[in-house]
Amino acid sequence: MPEVAELQPALEAVWTKPETLTETRMHYCPGCGHGVVHKLLMEVVDELGIRQDTIGVAPVGCSVFAYQYLDVDMQEAAHGRAAAVATGIKRVLPDKYVFSYQGDGDLAAIGTAETIHAANRGENILVLFINNGIYGMTGGQMAPTTLIGMKTSTTPEGRETATMGYPLKITELLAMLPGVYSVSRHAVYSPNTVRALKKAITKAFQYQKEKKGYCLIEVVSNCPSGWKMTPVESNKWLEKNMLPLYPLGDIKVEGTLVQPVQKKEGQHS
Amino acid sequence: MSEPLLMKGNEALAEAVIRAGCRAYFGYPITPQSEILEYLTAEARERGMVVLQVESELAAINMVYGAAGAGVRAMTSSSSPGISLMQEGLSYIASAELPCLVVNVNRGGPGLGTIQPSQGDYFQATKGGGHGDYRLLVLAPDSVQEMADFVFDGFDLADKYRNPVMILADGALGQMMEKVVFREYDPKDHETAKPWATTGKSGGRERNIITSLHIQPEKMEDINKHLQEKYRKMQTEVRYELIHTDDADIVLVAYGLAARICHSAVEMGRNKGLKLGLLRPKTLYPYPYDMVRELSAKVKGMHVVELNSGQMVEDVRLGVNGKVPVTFFGRMGGMIPSPEEVLASVEARIAQLHDEPREEQIYA
Ligand SMILES: Cc1ncc(C[n+]2csc(CCOP(=O)(O)OP(=O)(O)O)c2C)c(N)n1
Ligand code: SF4
Repeated sequence: MPEVAELQPALEAVWTKPETLTETRMHYCPGCGHGVVHKLLMEVVDELGIRQDTIGVAPVGCSVFAYQYLDVDMQEAAHGRAAAVATGIKRVLPDKYVFSYQGDGDLAAIGTAETIHAANRGENILVLFINNGIYGMTGGQMAPTTLIGMKTSTTPEGRETATMGYPLKITELLAMLPGVYSVSRHAVYSPNTVRALKKAITKAFQYQKEKKGYCLIEVVSNCPSGWKMTPVESNKWLEKNMLPLYPLGDIKVEGTLVQPVQKKEGQHS
Repeated sequence: MSEPLLMKGNEALAEAVIRAGCRAYFGYPITPQSEILEYLTAEARERGMVVLQVESELAAINMVYGAAGAGVRAMTSSSSPGISLMQEGLSYIASAELPCLVVNVNRGGPGLGTIQPSQGDYFQATKGGGHGDYRLLVLAPDSVQEMADFVFDGFDLADKYRNPVMILADGALGQMMEKVVFREYDPKDHETAKPWATTGKSGGRERNIITSLHIQPEKMEDINKHLQEKYRKMQTEVRYELIHTDDADIVLVAYGLAARICHSAVEMGRNKGLKLGLLRPKTLYPYPYDMVRELSAKVKGMHVVELNSGQMVEDVRLGVNGKVPVTFFGRMGGMIPSPEEVLASVEARIAQLHDEPREEQIYA
């Protein structure tokens, strides 16, 4: 692709790609949060200068192709097994930075056992948990995090609790474990949320360097395709419907549980 | 070489794991092999090895994936039900071509079954086991000595072929005590370069990716062809032992614990004037088809003995290809036949060979 500067020599490039993001065009649907999180993650890796020491794990889910975009050593994991694969890597390379990048189906359904036990052992890794309330890759089925009443291809009338149970707030659950050092919930639908997430990722890598233990960052994200919305609609819907149940902010800071940031009144479901 | 030591099979295996330079073991307790985890846990700290009791065999095999992908010698061990849980992971490991060692101390099944020795997992071990088109290299020890030896061989073969290697033992071999001598083995002399490992993208190299995902069918078929080519190359690793086969009329074929029993039965038969021999495959994949073929050209019949309903017998029949009758005797469910019982089954076959030379299976 020609550089922006070649096309418009008079204009200044206001957006640059982090060096640690490959040139490969992302396959994510327009407006999907995955791309934004990838970019932030690699920006942080660049800024901290840790590309040569970083190993990522991407399990099955829409982001299984993450290794095509993240220019660091990567392992693709079986669906649900990212925490185990990351444990295997980190235990034999304790001085490297290891992160996993998992969807809600991966982390909170099929991989629940691996997730909880990696956290409980206090594995010194960063887990990036992309919660879009749905199974994106397989075409929009119900996820453990799907909201009550939310329509998916396997809850055509909306999720009802009598037969399908409740949205699983696994982040809060994990935060309670003593092996877990830092837990926060973020989003990427606005400049402010993007900035906050970047800060959190930077901090998590620093904690990992100091061998503080398990860090979890949940990103409440969208799935315009699965939700059958335009990107703009999906972000509005996320703010209105997802955030009351999954409020943004710190949940555990340096080993101590803190109150989740409350949303404005009337937004709680 | 070490002084001869008296050890349990599982412990000898575990000691060999450390001496072979294995850097990481992940496992979940299950009888009859928990001694491996216990032995390694006791030794780990002092001898510089990561040993982790984890939440399940699913986790264990995927940790092996991670550690092997990061370039170190890594392994897990379990027994039948646990090995079933590992099949998805093994398929991924085979596809991503990660060298590692997996030990199955086979117990009786199906289901939760029994903790007694069995060879019921032969098909699972030798024909792939998980989904897709792949093979493990499978070693079958028949003594405490081989429980140790095959660990060194197993790691070397895994590295040589970038392929998972399985040691298929059974509860009796794991629990029995015998003399064992550890070979001189300096892991440094056996280190293989692993430029593909995910150790961090440094020195200006391209990033390394460990994956089994090849979404384009053309690419996936290329990977399949590459794997099949590798499995063809692995055929040169066939290992077996021949006992009294030179002048034998009937050759018994058995591996592992069953081969020990057959060895006694062969000697007993010889004392009675029966010309019996024994072929003991030490590698179950690759399988010694050529030797089976060669023997079938000069004997009157082959008699396969297994601690299952007749699994390896199918491979013997492939090798024999109809030349001579192939008969089978097996016990299942953790029952172990005596040498007398095996000899009686051979004698019954010999009697039958004369009136009705056809293939047959019998179970006690
Ligand atoms: C063992 C196994 N079961 C099922 C699947 C099919 N599968 C692939 S991705 C996926 C769900 C992905 O959802 P999530 O983890 O939330 O990630 P997203 O695609 O939404 O980003 C499923 C069920 C699989 N690959 N492996
Ligand atoms: S299906 Fe959903 S999660 Fe997957 S790329 Fe498309 S929008 Fe993103």
